[in-house]
Amino acid sequence: MTIRHHLSDQLLMAYAAGDLPEAFNLVVATHVSLCDECRAQLAAFEVVGGAVLDLCDLATMRDGSLDACFARIDACIDAVPQSRVAPRKRAGVLPAPLADYVGGDLGQVKWRSIGAGVRQAILPTGKGASARLLHIPAGQAVPDHGHRGIELTLVLQGAFRDDADRFGPGDVEIADQATEHTPVAEAGMDCICLAATDAPLRFNGLIPRLAQPFFRI
Amino acid sequence: MSVMMLDAGQSEKLDADLPAWPYAAQGQQVTRRKEGSAVQATDDITDWAVLMARVRDDQDRAAFAALFRHFAPRVKSFLMKSGADATLAEECAQDVMASLWQKAHLFDPSRASVATWIFTIARNRRIDALRKARRPEPEDLDWGPTAEPDGADLYEASQENTRLGAALAQLPQKQRALIERAYFGDLSHGELAAETGLPLGTIKSRIRLALEKLRLQMS
Ligand SMILES: [Zn+2]
Repeated sequence: MTIRHHLSDQLLMAYAAGDLPEAFNLVVATHVSLCDECRAQLAAFEVVGGAVLDLCDLATMRDGSLDACFARIDACIDAVPQSRVAPRKRAGVLPAPLADYVGGDLGQVKWRSIGAGVRQAILPTGKGASARLLHIPAGQAVPDHGHRGIELTLVLQGAFRDDADRFGPGDVEIADQATEHTPVAEAGMDCICLAATDAPLRFNGLIPRLAQPFFRI
Repeated sequence: MSVMMLDAGQSEKLDADLPAWPYAAQGQQVTRRKEGSAVQATDDITDWAVLMARVRDDQDRAAFAALFRHFAPRVKSFLMKSGADATLAEECAQDVMASLWQKAHLFDPSRASVATWIFTIARNRRIDALRKARRPEPEDLDWGPTAEPDGADLYEASQENTRLGAALAQLPQKQRALIERAYFGDLSHGELAAETGLPLGTIKSRIRLALEKLRLQMS
């Protein structure tokens, strides 16, 4: 997998710092699972976190704090397995963090048609942004849409092109208000992507605006 | 270094017990802080890894106490700056430090310094306690149970961490405050400027190389 479109430093730093809404965290965790370049940059931003922590001034701990901490440790010492936990790894097409949200691999996705052959599955994420999987038939245009906030689109299978670029497996497109484009799924293979946005999408013409809250798109 | 925080008797004992820098390459010069030296605590991140290894391998309570005295007040302060009141911050700081003991078997000095590792635990605790949100994590890489940390790499990594800490401390106050606010969870991703002015390139390159090596071993 040759990844050409990466996460921005801003997103990686915000993920390292814990400043992102859950849906964006999911895109970052999924891309980093596929991309050592971003994994390394993320690790560097976590080192900054360590430096920030180390430079924090010292809060006064409560009297007996250390003893209380040992008491906590002793209270659950038997409950904790001392062996290395098995690493979370990919079982199928979907990287592990995404598989956790789907509750399985691609076959377990609960798709719903949103018209023109396009299917989506909303993933359960907390407030601030929403995430969904999109399935776009090969050669089919994703309905023209603009963005009110930031939208991250991570390709999992197939590829799409817009006016300027091609996005293949592992690539992330970062779109904002200024982006008005018409991505088209490449011929040959249906395109499946993970998309997250911190604002509701407005599709021009596909679904009446009034229906949007109902469809949660 | 941490040994200074133990009382004199323990300190001697610890030094006597400590292997001669288990993670240093053969013949590598490693500066250990002597009693009364003027070096800042943050200059000696590497020794926290030694204490952490003692917690991991020997359930060493004196080593843990030293880590607690250094890091717990910082974690509490970090959480208060993130918006927790003193009571919640104290509770969470104790939680974080207890996790350090409980997750000691996961500590791998070739992947993160102790400060970085504690930061990630404290950050996750903050997201849990203050935001009540989930935080999906990337897939684990199989570093393998037998992957021996390379002493020279570890030494290089600790030097980089030290340089980064110094660089952060020396940033203009305004710029440093902006970075700190981001890490305290006080900035939204929209407000955050990723141009830190910190020497992150070398850290990234080293980690990138380590990942490449790992991929080669795996294939
Ligand atoms: Zn990347």
